[in-house]
Amino acid sequence: MAAFGTGAGRPLQGRGGSGFRFTLYAFLAVVVMYLDQRGHYLEQVRYVLQAAAYPIQLLVSSPPAAWRWLKQTLQTREALQAENARLRGEARDLELRSMRYEALARENGELRALKEALPPVAERWLPAEIVTVQVNGLRQQLLLNRGASNGVFKGQAVLDDKGLIGQTTHVGPWSAEVILITDPEHAVPVRIERTGLRTIAVGAGDSGSLALPYVPSNADIVAGDLLVSSGLGGVFPAGYPVARVTEVHRDAVQPLAQVRAMPLAHVDTDSEVMLVWFRADHPAAPVTPQPAARPEALGQLKSGNPAMQPQPAVHVPDSTPAAGGAAASGAAAPPAPQAGTTAAPPVAREGQPQ
Amino acid sequence: MNADSTGRMLLSAVVALILTVLPLPPWADMIRPQFLVLMVLFWSVYAPRTGGIALGFFSGLMLDVFQGQVLGEHALALALITYMAVLEHQRIRSKPAFQQALFVLLALVIYEFVLFAIDGWTGHAVTSWLRWLHTVTGALLWPFASAILAYGAGRRA
Repeated sequence: MAAFGTGAGRPLQGRGGSGFRFTLYAFLAVVVMYLDQRGHYLEQVRYVLQAAAYPIQLLVSSPPAAWRWLKQTLQTREALQAENARLRGEARDLELRSMRYEALARENGELRALKEALPPVAERWLPAEIVTVQVNGLRQQLLLNRGASNGVFKGQAVLDDKGLIGQTTHVGPWSAEVILITDPEHAVPVRIERTGLRTIAVGAGDSGSLALPYVPSNADIVAGDLLVSSGLGGVFPAGYPVARVTEVHRDAVQPLAQVRAMPLAHVDTDSEVMLVWFRADHPAAPVTPQPAARPEALGQLKSGNPAMQPQPAVHVPDSTPAAGGAAASGAAAPPAPQAGTTAAPPVAREGQPQ
Repeated sequence: MNADSTGRMLLSAVVALILTVLPLPPWADMIRPQFLVLMVLFWSVYAPRTGGIALGFFSGLMLDVFQGQVLGEHALALALITYMAVLEHQRIRSKPAFQQALFVLLALVIYEFVLFAIDGWTGHAVTSWLRWLHTVTGALLWPFASAILAYGAGRRA
């Protein structure tokens, strides 16, 4: 047995052998990358690999979890009593508020000439614990301890009690990866609650802030405005709080304003988040293009029917903030049909000239 | 070379993987060396027939699952620098620790460049210069890491 580090290892058979093996593995890696990136053929492989990775992730996160558990167990009686009193007060407060909410919802339903108040858009909640947090300047992701065995699916909304957190990207059997709304690769369609202007909030790259890159300079937006989800994009339902605008910078020569916003959810202090299932038939549910209608609409586009072509944004005659917002958000998502109507093929709806 | 050294190699791989994915505060995360890459480089240089390119490829695949944007990017980058290390293992092994660290720095820069390029091509570009920081800390750590690994590998042989 040759001792390592003494240079007594036998030489390799020749350089050709390792060169061939390298070519083989490099080719394999390129094929894997192509399949994963282009076709998403590797969902099953990822599922298995994620299951294999989960024990290690669990092990790695166990020291902080054990510390939390220890701290909770050793809390004094007084601290627990104080917390209990505070929570009871909060619960009473929330009950009072939800009483009012129910009355308002009923009134709203009557105003919309519906027979009765609609059920809430969220159908089911599942609390999930954060196993590991990878929050740095480059990637902002979480790992949750719920997976496909709990019914979690890819592209599911994740919230906490303050607002949106993100959506699931890869789902394993017992775990799910979540991309945060502050990740530079994540974009969430939002609406300014005060004005109704629709736009898109993307992660700014530095942790804990969002950028709104598609807001025109003349748009009515000020620091302190609340951003709520607009229901477009097919992941988040309409009306959930997302972020609060912190700064608006307008430059006379720039067509777009530079807007920053601070997310309302506090991922760094949460240890538990909520996975949510939504009622698909609810007016506030996420708007998804119907899968059957899409190829058809694309086919009509290809055939060159001018009535079906989406009109360029510059042809929109009026320049109200709402129209500007719709034009701005049109780059990534089709302008929304009004909440309450059914989701029709978006291209056909957009095609009607004004 | 035999089942025993393969077992030790796998053990060191698991330890390195745990060190790689251990949650750390952001500043420590920035300067954290790529322990798994250092481990693979060590085994490629000191026991090229035990680990070799296969070890690099599958370690990279594991890294892809934990932190990759596209399955296969770490696998390709690690297979490449493993190949370089296996080719030059005789020459690297005979050098003092300082010159070895220079080679490791070069390998880590190539590794990070491959990742950088693939991230860009697949539309996940991360252009922050902070992503290159771990190449320096990795090279600085190399003399200690290789000493510890060589101790562990030789001791229980």
